[in-house]
Amino acid sequence: MIDIFKRGLRPLAVAATAVAALFAAQAADAQQRTRITVYTALENDQLAPYKEAFERAHPDVEIAWVRDSTGTITARFLAERENPRADAIWGLALTSILMFEQQNLLAEYSPQGFAALKPSFRDAAAPITWHGMDAFAAAICYNSAVARQRNLPPIRTWADLLNPAFRGQIVMPNPASSGTGYLTVSAWLSIMGEAGGWDYMSKLHDNVAVYTHSGSAPCVQAARGEAAVGISFDMRAAREKTQGAPVDIVVPTDGVGWEMEASAIVRGTRNMAAAQKLMDFSASLAANQLYARYYNILAHPGATGAAQNYPAETEARLIRADFAAIAAMRERVLAEWTRRFDGKSAPR
Amino acid sequence: MFKRFDTDAIFQRLALLAVAAFLIVVLALPLGTLFEKSFRDRDGVWVGLANWVRYLETPSLVGSLWNTIWVSALATAIVVPLAFVYAYALTRTTMRWRGLFRAVGLVPILAPSLLPAISLIYLFGNQGFARWMLMGETVYGPIGIVIAQVFYCFPHAFLILATALSIADKRHYEAASVLGAGQTRIFLTVTLPGVKYGLVSAFFVVFTLVATDFGIPKVIGGRFNVLATDIYKQVVGQQNFEMGAVVGMVLLLPAMLAFAVDRWVAKRQVALLTARAVPYEPKPNAIRDRALFAFCALIAACILTLLGVAVWASFIQYWPWNTALTLRHYVFSNADASGWEAYWNSLQMSALVATFGTAAIGVGAWLVEKTKGAGILRGAVHLLAMIPLAVPGLVLGIAYIFFFNAPSNPLGFVYGTMAILVLNTIAHFYTVAHLTSLQALKQMDPEFESVSASLKVSVWRTAWRVTLPVASPAALDVWFYMFVNSMTTVSAVVFLYGPFTKLASVSIVNMDEAGFTASAAAMGVVVVLTSGFAKILHSLLAAYLAKRTQAWRAR
Repeated sequence: MIDIFKRGLRPLAVAATAVAALFAAQAADAQQRTRITVYTALENDQLAPYKEAFERAHPDVEIAWVRDSTGTITARFLAERENPRADAIWGLALTSILMFEQQNLLAEYSPQGFAALKPSFRDAAAPITWHGMDAFAAAICYNSAVARQRNLPPIRTWADLLNPAFRGQIVMPNPASSGTGYLTVSAWLSIMGEAGGWDYMSKLHDNVAVYTHSGSAPCVQAARGEAAVGISFDMRAAREKTQGAPVDIVVPTDGVGWEMEASAIVRGTRNMAAAQKLMDFSASLAANQLYARYYNILAHPGATGAAQNYPAETEARLIRADFAAIAAMRERVLAEWTRRFDGKSAPR
Repeated sequence: MFKRFDTDAIFQRLALLAVAAFLIVVLALPLGTLFEKSFRDRDGVWVGLANWVRYLETPSLVGSLWNTIWVSALATAIVVPLAFVYAYALTRTTMRWRGLFRAVGLVPILAPSLLPAISLIYLFGNQGFARWMLMGETVYGPIGIVIAQVFYCFPHAFLILATALSIADKRHYEAASVLGAGQTRIFLTVTLPGVKYGLVSAFFVVFTLVATDFGIPKVIGGRFNVLATDIYKQVVGQQNFEMGAVVGMVLLLPAMLAFAVDRWVAKRQVALLTARAVPYEPKPNAIRDRALFAFCALIAACILTLLGVAVWASFIQYWPWNTALTLRHYVFSNADASGWEAYWNSLQMSALVATFGTAAIGVGAWLVEKTKGAGILRGAVHLLAMIPLAVPGLVLGIAYIFFFNAPSNPLGFVYGTMAILVLNTIAHFYTVAHLTSLQALKQMDPEFESVSASLKVSVWRTAWRVTLPVASPAALDVWFYMFVNSMTTVSAVVFLYGPFTKLASVSIVNMDEAGFTASAAAMGVVVVLTSGFAKILHSLLAAYLAKRTQAWRAR
């Protein structure tokens, strides 16, 4: 009887020792490297090079990404606010970060090199919680192949989109679903004034075929020829062009709205030191040179954009943006936009 | 002797309590936590019905509500009859290629819902090669939604109806025909009443599936608003969880209605498979069989076309400008950093969901159907089991964050792990699995239990020796259903995956959003192949089980 027990137990004991050894090894590994959970909305292909560059600079820290679209990551972070799971945020729209700051979810920290960043990329009010990385701006993806086919006129300004020739040819993001949509709408209200902006959108509405739920979708659809004109943002436009789509990237001369990608530390993180290292890196010139491979407008004055197919004229056409004010009027603008345009059937 | 049955009864109640507790933890409490928010403002201050009033005053609400109802009703009205004829042909005729048609009929369930949407855009979009078929109408809107939903819901209706139709008592047909009833009369008075419960289930399952799905309207809905996209706008677009909770509660209404009707019909459903039943064997009928063969061939062709276009899309260099073929879209690390890792995570999660889900749901259904007493408790379990169908995944996902991430929750340790994905997915797909299990159990005569009882055999022994073997094909179906749905589920798990548990289905959506349509299609194809492989295993096992446990069906 005892023999049977012994025989049965021996493999168990061996297995238990093996498991214990495994845990010990993992624990030792964990002691050497601090693993931090980083929430991000960076593009998927940026994750690997960013992680690699940071971990090379700080071999004692390891990044574990949670990456999704801006809206999903923002919703998730806010839903988790009672018990935050992220240590830091690296690469999320400033609009979202300001929302977190307002709800007191971010830790105070100004990274090394913070003062060297361009003023508009620095959190201006104490306590300092975030710093900017790069910026992207509204842009129009104009499918030249479809335009030739349908004899569409060229586009230079936002007003050009009101031409009846574009009826049913335009796709834009629904501002109630997409941050890109909202930044475009808020820019129109700022450029054309409150009354002029709404009047413009009412006329544009007649030409819009679809309001999409994602900010990238309009450009992707224009690139595929599903629409002639997609109102989207420059980075996506440049990428579609690089992939070989026959799209021209139009930056309207009357000014474009823009958004910043920013980083911050999450309040209550148990890995403060590691998170601070990440912030120091994110604000560094080296990191900005990395961002420069994908974006043209950068936080660090020493970095120059090297992104392929990027419209050079964008930076000059950015409107003056007061992000706090844009965030403050969001609820009112979306309610009005929804009342006017959402849920109306498509024009025939 | 009495003592024996008393312990049985006690254990049954304990088991029932355990199932009820499970459902409360994975379903009722998370949803309750979220819905409580619909009475609070963003700062957590109690505002009573203020959100509801504001929502009801939104002018677009009525539009979305009406759109949801008519699109769901239209899709249901198309899917259920098609699936019924298809299932009828497969179970009640001697037509050729039944096995093949059965497999093809299940194909859509293997595919992520983005796949038919991509196919439809390639077919009928503004650059689509078959857009002439829409005669100038746009695919972006109700047309696209209905076509994609019909494709996506077909297997759900087909599975329920095939289960219902596959069990019939030959004696009823013999009696009817001896009494001089014609084919039509037999169909109306014997066949239809026999599958009434299945039909009602199919109607409600499809209606609620269409009403709560947001993946398809998001991609192909254009500017056509439905309630599910309204929730997306509130939760993901504006991070307004309180209003999202309000819309989510509105969407629960069809399920509540379904529950009421289901109870009403169930009371009138008698067991088909009595202890003396003789299984029905279809007889050849050349005209009927040929007509039904043509019908099934047409449906199968439509399904395979949509799938085929997606497969083709995954090989195209850059649609529509460079249609040369390439394999590079299958190197997922180009489009998504998690690459193939996401696929392995999905595989692991699906296997866990299917195994634990089938066991838990099967036991739950058995307790609801086959035990006596504790009527309120059994009713409560059944009601809870009906809810998940009506809960949009988005709502369930956010609810899980609020519930499991709360600092005071002792279950908080599952947050961010594979376990929470498994629990969430079991809860998400509970209803159809529960209905299928129930359907199989309902058709077994309660006499088995009575006889066992009078022979002093414990209920457990009856369950193990009689019920489980008879129900094993249904259990296998449930396993397969849970597996394939877990492979494709997105909307709930998108809020719950951790740094090391990203799933293939989430990766598909991410890649499509970033413009990597072909890579998204490629991952979709890999998922279809995986689930197809699972289907083959399932068929082999089913054949084996049929030989081992279903011999009694043959006379």
